[in-house]
Amino acid sequence: MNTVAASAATAFVADRTDDAPRDEAYETVGEIHSPNARITVRDVTVWYGEKIGIENVNIDIGSNEVLALVGPSGCGKSTFLRCLNRMNDIIDNCRMSGTIRLDGDDIFDPKLDVVLLRARVGMVFQKPNPFPKSIYDNVAYGPRIHGLSETRADTDEIVQRSLERAGLWEEVKDRLEQPGTGLSGGQQQRLCIARAIAVSPEVILMDEPCSALDPIATARIEELIDELRQQYAIALVTHSMQQAARVSQRTAYFHLGHLVEVGETSQIFTNPRHTLTEDYITGRVG
Amino acid sequence: MAVAEAERPSVTGRHISRKYDEALEDVRTSVLEMGGLVEEQITNALAALAEFDSEIGERVVRDDYKINRLEVQIDEECTRIIALHQPAASDLRLVIAIIKTITDLERMGDEAEKIGRTAVRLGGNAPRRMRYAGVRNLGRHVQQMVHQALDAFARLDVEAAVDIAREDKTVDLEYAACMRELVTYMMEDPRRISEVLDMIWCARALERIADHAKNIGEYIVFLVKGKDIRHTSLEHKELQAQSEV
Repeated sequence: MNTVAASAATAFVADRTDDAPRDEAYETVGEIHSPNARITVRDVTVWYGEKIGIENVNIDIGSNEVLALVGPSGCGKSTFLRCLNRMNDIIDNCRMSGTIRLDGDDIFDPKLDVVLLRARVGMVFQKPNPFPKSIYDNVAYGPRIHGLSETRADTDEIVQRSLERAGLWEEVKDRLEQPGTGLSGGQQQRLCIARAIAVSPEVILMDEPCSALDPIATARIEELIDELRQQYAIALVTHSMQQAARVSQRTAYFHLGHLVEVGETSQIFTNPRHTLTEDYITGRVG
Repeated sequence: MAVAEAERPSVTGRHISRKYDEALEDVRTSVLEMGGLVEEQITNALAALAEFDSEIGERVVRDDYKINRLEVQIDEECTRIIALHQPAASDLRLVIAIIKTITDLERMGDEAEKIGRTAVRLGGNAPRRMRYAGVRNLGRHVQQMVHQALDAFARLDVEAAVDIAREDKTVDLEYAACMRELVTYMMEDPRRISEVLDMIWCARALERIADHAKNIGEYIVFLVKGKDIRHTSLEHKELQAQSEV
């Protein structure tokens, strides 16, 4: 199982060698089910051309929980995350098999509106990427195009509520017309979170949301994630083990395109069941 | 679901950070060193008691500080490891097990010191042979248990660790028998009550040492299997030790 050198994991796509497993049904260790599942992922395999990104992934993402996705670079966690709102669609040679359901709806249903899907499954990226617009317009843009706000008063309310929920309102309420790009890194990231929640998503995907932030801004975002958990299902990719331990309730460990182990975060960090998880968590050579 | 087929990693070693490896290995070595000292102290205390030899007894009393010093030093090392390396999973369990183990080792040292003091008091200037067979046998058994506990810690031997809990039950029975024997001596000859009372304290100290050895066995199971078997029945302990991780 662990014959594949970890050094191969630097490529974005898991580079598979001949002795790597090609299991028809890879068995993940641990409980993949969640009692209040919003997203159910079954037998999902993703190819980039001939290369496999992730293979046979099965997992639920439930409401009121943060699922941390951890693993070495190239293990497939970002590929997995991008499946959940069909961000992989925009990659030319990317194919996928298996099913992903959001509240029972197949997200690959041809009749499903992808734009609407991405409103239901919001995303926050590694680098804060506010639109080159005012703070106000950054948040108001989504609700406007999705027809969630008809009057200026509606929009005002959504903007304020979203900024409040993202913990940014007090800092920006007097300068809503200033450009979002003028904020500090941590503020920009909170603005992006406000933008994501302005369209009332069900699930929020976060791809290393704190990796460009200092420890204080990171702590604020983590605090925010914990509050948002009350309302949304959150999947969080992180390279910081401590962050995964601090903010998540469940942790999933990916290795070379396989979902190796899923479990309660406290269990994964004190007593993981799979050797590969153990090696990664403890910082050992795989 | 399938459980990891590969063997479990060694307790220290193989970390990407060599400094982390060294820190864990150093602290583990210190614990073994401390264990060796405790074993020596117990051996000396029993030797002092066997002959009521005040000279050896005094040495035991004098040397207890070495154990205390190591306890403090290992505690500091563990604190440093937690602060600098944020250990997780088996590493975290190792650090926790070590912090707990050294507390028990230090208390074993204190019990040995008590026995040493008794030998000094009873021996005075004239060493003579101790005649209480029950205490002697108890001492031998407890000494063996301590050795087994330290050996199990060094080798991470879960079965040997559970075996210590089994031995502790036997020691408890031997302790009860020893008490009956000592009480009989008191009834036979009231002039010896004072001396026999001292023997009772020694027996008590030995029984406590066995309890500490048992505790260390439990930490070993926690360290290796991630299962907390404290305050459970012997059957449960055996079951957990055999279970898959």
